Amino acid sequence: MAVPDKLTDTLETLEMVPDRSERIQLLIDIAGRFEEVPSRLARRPFAKEHQVPACESEAYVFTEPRPDGTLDFHFAVENPQGISAKAMAVILGDALSGAPPEQVAEVSQDIVYQVFGRELSMGKSMGLMSMVGMVAAMAKKQAEAKSS
Amino acid sequence: MSEIESRGYVRPEVLVSTEWVANHLNDPGIRIIESNEDPLLYATGHVPGAVEVDWTRDLNDPVRRDYLGRDGFEALMRRIGVTKDTTVVFYGDRNNWWATYAFWVFQLFGHDKAKIMDGGRIKWANEGRPLDKQAPSYPASDYKAAERDDKRIRAFRDQVLQHLEAKKPLVDVRSPDEYSGKKLHMPEYPNEGALRGGHIPGAASVPWAKAVNPDDGTFKNAEELRALYEGDAKIKPGDDVIVYCRIGERSSHTWFVLTHLLGFDKVRNYDGSWTEWGNLVGVPIER
Repeated sequence: MAVPDKLTDTLETLEMVPDRSERIQLLIDIAGRFEEVPSRLARRPFAKEHQVPACESEAYVFTEPRPDGTLDFHFAVENPQGISAKAMAVILGDALSGAPPEQVAEVSQDIVYQVFGRELSMGKSMGLMSMVGMVAAMAKKQAEAKSS
Repeated sequence: MSEIESRGYVRPEVLVSTEWVANHLNDPGIRIIESNEDPLLYATGHVPGAVEVDWTRDLNDPVRRDYLGRDGFEALMRRIGVTKDTTVVFYGDRNNWWATYAFWVFQLFGHDKAKIMDGGRIKWANEGRPLDKQAPSYPASDYKAAERDDKRIRAFRDQVLQHLEAKKPLVDVRSPDEYSGKKLHMPEYPNEGALRGGHIPGAASVPWAKAVNPDDGTFKNAEELRALYEGDAKIKPGDDVIVYCRIGERSSHTWFVLTHLLGFDKVRNYDGSWTEWGNLVGVPIER
């Protein structure tokens, strides 16, 4: 299964920044673009079924269907220090919203390491991988609904 | 008497307030060190003059599962301009979880001029204190490090096995679901690097964050901490205690509390922790 084009582009852009401090700055800039899920879709307290398991920054994922059957992905991150979770949310939202759900469903959780490098704690990498996993699971559900 | 001194700790001098740090920003005898779990946080802004010590890059051997050796520690201290006389003050995210981890590693090399900023990074930020994005630079020092001493405050798996056979106290500081083994069996949770779930037989469960006030991330007072460890977990200051978690980071926070705030004489951190014990062939496990 092909990887969504925008995700490929994003990962290639990040790969062009091998210097750790430059990569960190780029990810901070990305996190700065984080916008919380619109209130028309969800309000606090956010429903538990939208909470990312194992994410210590208390992240939530929401979807909004487009007329063409693809999904927009929205996020909330409750930890004010959850900069990495916000950066991941922006990357996933930008790169996967509007992509074919069948492709999104197959996105590997290992992209976390392509984004952040290997120097992540086990807890942090599990939380970020769980964000990817939850997005993929929601896309899979959409793909199955489309085909049935 | 300062507010920290009034909390009744055995070694209150090891903890400093955000105000104390604010008053020592330009003190040449102090080096402020930020240690976080989130690798992006330091660059978003840190206590002015603070250097970053990153647990993966700076404190661990890049190949073996072990901490850095004498040469590595010496190079680190020289790079951040710390001398034998410098007092290092750690702070960080996640209720100082990683700050106490760095503090513990520094103690393996005997750098005992070390303190923790109570409340960590979030308390400093919430008080509206300045955050600086510019990483500082200090002249390199000529620090000469001692050999790492693993005997005093670090425990290895064979010692843990002997410890549990002797029915000496252990404290598991992970979450209740990790302690019970439930988490490894929950399908929506990723594997945590261990083949088996549960805890070391006889270990008491005291999740690490119970030692912290949830409102501001400061440590609870001595009376509250004694109720937690001496009351609930039934361990005493004279006991030989081993603490553990998943890889030894959360348990270094509990090690700090027991050793410095409550004055326990002999607490060792088993950094192999559950990622080692839960994969070991033949060792006993309790659920």
